[in-house]
Amino acid sequence: MTVTENPRTTEHPRTYKYVGTRPVRHDGLDKVTGKARFAADLDMTGQLRGAFVRSPHAHARIVSIDTSRAEAMPGVKAVVTGDDFAELDPTHPEFDTAVNLMARTESLYSGHVVAAVAAVTASQAAAAAAAVEVEYEPLPAVLTIDEAIAEGAPIANPTNRTLFSGDTEPSNLASVNEFGRGDVEAGFEAADIVIEREFRTVAVHQGYIEPHACVADCGQDGKATIWASSQGHFAVRAKTAAALGWSTDRIKVIPAEIGGGFGGKTTIYLEPVAVLLSQKAARPVKIVMSREEVLRATGPAPATKITAKIGATNDGEITTLQSTMHFDNGSTKGFSALTGAMSVASYKLPNLQLKAIGTVTNTARSAAYRAPSAPQAAFAVETLIDELAQRLDMDPIDIRLQNAVVEGDATAMGAPHPKIGFVETLEAIKNSEHYNSPVPQGAGRGVATGFWFNIGEQSSATVNLNEDGTATVITGSPDIGGSRASMALMAAEELGLAVDRITPVVADTESVGFTDITEGSRATFATGMAVVNACRELIEELKQRAATIKGVDVAEVDWVDGAAVIEGQDPLTIPEITAKAKNSGGPLTATASLNAAGAGPSFAVHVADVAVDEETGQTTILRYTAAQDAGTAIHPSYVEGQIQGGSVQGIGWALNEEYIYDPDGVMENASFLDYRMPVASDLPMIDAIIVEVPNPSHPYGVRGVGETGIVPPIPTLANAIAAATGVRMTSLPMSPPRLLAAISENAGG
Amino acid sequence: MAGCVAGRAAQYVTDFMRYAAPTTVDEALELVQSEPDSRVFAGATDLIPQIRAGRPEPALLIDLKRIERLVAVSHNNGTWTVGAATPTSALTANTEFSSMFPGLSEASGLIGSDQIQNRSSWGGNLCNASPAADSVPALIVNDATAVIASNSGERTASVAEVVTGPGQTSLSDGEFIIEFQLDDPPANSGDAYLRLIPRTEMDIAVVGAAVQLTMDGDTVASARVALGAVAPTIVRVPDAEAALVGSRLNNGTLDDGTLAAVAAAASADASPIDDKRGTVQYRRQVAGVLAKRAAQTAAQRAQGAS
Repeated sequence: MTVTENPRTTEHPRTYKYVGTRPVRHDGLDKVTGKARFAADLDMTGQLRGAFVRSPHAHARIVSIDTSRAEAMPGVKAVVTGDDFAELDPTHPEFDTAVNLMARTESLYSGHVVAAVAAVTASQAAAAAAAVEVEYEPLPAVLTIDEAIAEGAPIANPTNRTLFSGDTEPSNLASVNEFGRGDVEAGFEAADIVIEREFRTVAVHQGYIEPHACVADCGQDGKATIWASSQGHFAVRAKTAAALGWSTDRIKVIPAEIGGGFGGKTTIYLEPVAVLLSQKAARPVKIVMSREEVLRATGPAPATKITAKIGATNDGEITTLQSTMHFDNGSTKGFSALTGAMSVASYKLPNLQLKAIGTVTNTARSAAYRAPSAPQAAFAVETLIDELAQRLDMDPIDIRLQNAVVEGDATAMGAPHPKIGFVETLEAIKNSEHYNSPVPQGAGRGVATGFWFNIGEQSSATVNLNEDGTATVITGSPDIGGSRASMALMAAEELGLAVDRITPVVADTESVGFTDITEGSRATFATGMAVVNACRELIEELKQRAATIKGVDVAEVDWVDGAAVIEGQDPLTIPEITAKAKNSGGPLTATASLNAAGAGPSFAVHVADVAVDEETGQTTILRYTAAQDAGTAIHPSYVEGQIQGGSVQGIGWALNEEYIYDPDGVMENASFLDYRMPVASDLPMIDAIIVEVPNPSHPYGVRGVGETGIVPPIPTLANAIAAATGVRMTSLPMSPPRLLAAISENAGG
Repeated sequence: MAGCVAGRAAQYVTDFMRYAAPTTVDEALELVQSEPDSRVFAGATDLIPQIRAGRPEPALLIDLKRIERLVAVSHNNGTWTVGAATPTSALTANTEFSSMFPGLSEASGLIGSDQIQNRSSWGGNLCNASPAADSVPALIVNDATAVIASNSGERTASVAEVVTGPGQTSLSDGEFIIEFQLDDPPANSGDAYLRLIPRTEMDIAVVGAAVQLTMDGDTVASARVALGAVAPTIVRVPDAEAALVGSRLNNGTLDDGTLAAVAAAASADASPIDDKRGTVQYRRQVAGVLAKRAAQTAAQRAQGAS
């Protein structure tokens, strides 16, 4: 079986036998038939169900917690509160994660967990959770960026100290970073045209379909086994150990299948609580969040306030960019502002001044979301560039081509870009049938770009050859976007084995070497490189075995197309060698581990045609095309899937998704009815164009593709709406009420 | 654990709620009488989310879908009789019904998703008493009547009289709607329903507008206009109806002055709230837009109708 070819996909520059083909993913059949086991599907003998007690207050001191009534209720086997958890020093790297999953002295946001219960049934647990009596003393709450930075603002989180500042006093600033180059004032003076605007975005959720879930089983030996849905089970182990004050060897984490993460499952919310409940009750404990809990208490992406000022000459050369960016981390510190500022460097900017400020408020602690902070930054910068093109009467692709960074140009932080494919991606859209088609009557066309750095980090892989010559590829990277298929394809290419003779496995924390989280679009790049390295070591061993079997020197053995080739003899295939493994040195296996460097940034350019109903403010996307540099597409269908998925999430963020809080900081729309992610009928087909500018730091040229796709859609749609209506939207979401208000204001003014 | 309870109607007991599925109206009425904390339901497409959201669980749930009369649709002597628990998908798939009441059929087809459509019903949509119920403005402009059963027999009431406020109805304890009656529209009539949602489906109306018109040649002879989601109950807009009556269709369109008057009247009669789904300003403005667009469509349908 193969997936239908997309004719828009460009040919990759090198010819491979397996890499670049489209086999059905190894985990696909189980997932479409419902057989795949996600954490919520697991049930253990004697298992209890856990439920949380959550604070209704955005900010409150916890005066007392009385669990006696809950403990006496039917079926209740254990209750835990903050007092049951290890005390961590506020400077511990996991301090905020530990406090976020169980409040200690203060409720830091509405929805913060203050206690948890385990009972025989889920309804007994819910009833008991409702019977835990918590006395709160409400404290002044800080709910927005403006409130957080206001003079004399109450302190949202008394343990927060501004990162990088050395300050010892509590502050509502999570981080402050300033960097740049050149002389921005001179740059503005050299400019013929200067545009400055303020942009606002609100918190949005990753919207993964699978709510957080885990099962924990604590034994009498003081060790715990955890089945969890996460983007990285080694990280679940480390963070759980930190929150409990345990050593790592007491915890084994078995990865369940994951139903989406998008960055939101790089942290933990449940596992230490489940472990403590299990320890107290001496029974396995399963916790499954409701959708409401997911929305109220996990992972929003930061709200932002960004002012940006750009200057250019009349011939379209950008001289200067100056921006002050506020990113709201929610209840704890974080790096969201820094990654936002780092994401504005897609153009040659001789003069650059960036100030990135993270704030702390009494709202849910923010989490990573697909290219964290880059979409908000791109909204600001790509809107201004579109406006420059419009005012200079330039083609929006041409002005970007004129200023696009190439290898050696400085990133925002100053380091030079490695080999990148920004120009090639711009050209792919410029040459696309979509861009060269007339804009439909009454519609507007918008273009925008975006990129993500991508990261390497640590990965391990073991490749075992089985007795019959099939292979098992074992890694520690949870498969959230088709990485099993990618690992198998690269192993197939290396070993010369058919993809369906390779079984890719995601192994638990005790069965494979340490592997960092599946994040930063790193799995196919870094873990893939570990797989390639293990395969290459295995090939050396296969050649040695062939030499032993044939009684020749290993120097006489070549490895060609999955077989050992010795001049004058029949080639020895892998099954022929594995059949003789016992008498030639034993089982054939190889392991590789690495801390991967050289992750190649991936650039994307999107174009959209939209129609706006100027009487209702409704936007209809008529056509959408996304081009992105994948380096080399190992499995083009899943690269296209990543491009399309990122585009859809960006479209939702642009048009309708928003956290709506009441004046007391309680989320008002904690359901998928009123937290409006796009439904299928809201979207046109997202045409994906894969550009391939191979990354020289990867054996197959891979660039991570998972994240970049979410960066361009917001400015793409804002620019298209501007073209259709003449209205520049500078705040999100561009929902019908907001857009109609802007159109009415524009008409009136 | 579920278990069967003796009795004529199949009954099941959970930890918290009993469930009963009577097969006759009389059985259902008996069950309602037997338990003060009971609740009848049709598709449960509102009931289940409400319970999940923390509404108190009733002691007894009574499923009306096993009663034949409540899921039957008939058309006799110029009158449609539609069981109150009839799935809306059965109505949208009924070509005779849909060609006679295209607006009402479309409104019924907007409730939830395809899966929800196989459960949702007019009776449930009406008795849930949401100001945003999609089928209700269209039922009202088509002058639909509800047949209500109780221990003292059956009575009828205009659909417009059933809902008295958000979540509130004029039904007494022990009463429930068993069917709806609709007379065939007069010759040269048409109806239309439009709603605004930020997405394209799976959403709750921010504003809804229904219009029913009867033409006399090129002239509008009678009109009914009703708005949803802009007041505690569905509101009729008499000034918009008055503006329409006597207006003329030219080349298939109502004149700009009439449409502007309809829009202005609809905006004026909207008294919406600010909430997470929309602002007062937005709902007022869009009520006018949808009312004039629905009027235009209804007029075209009326002229096209034989």
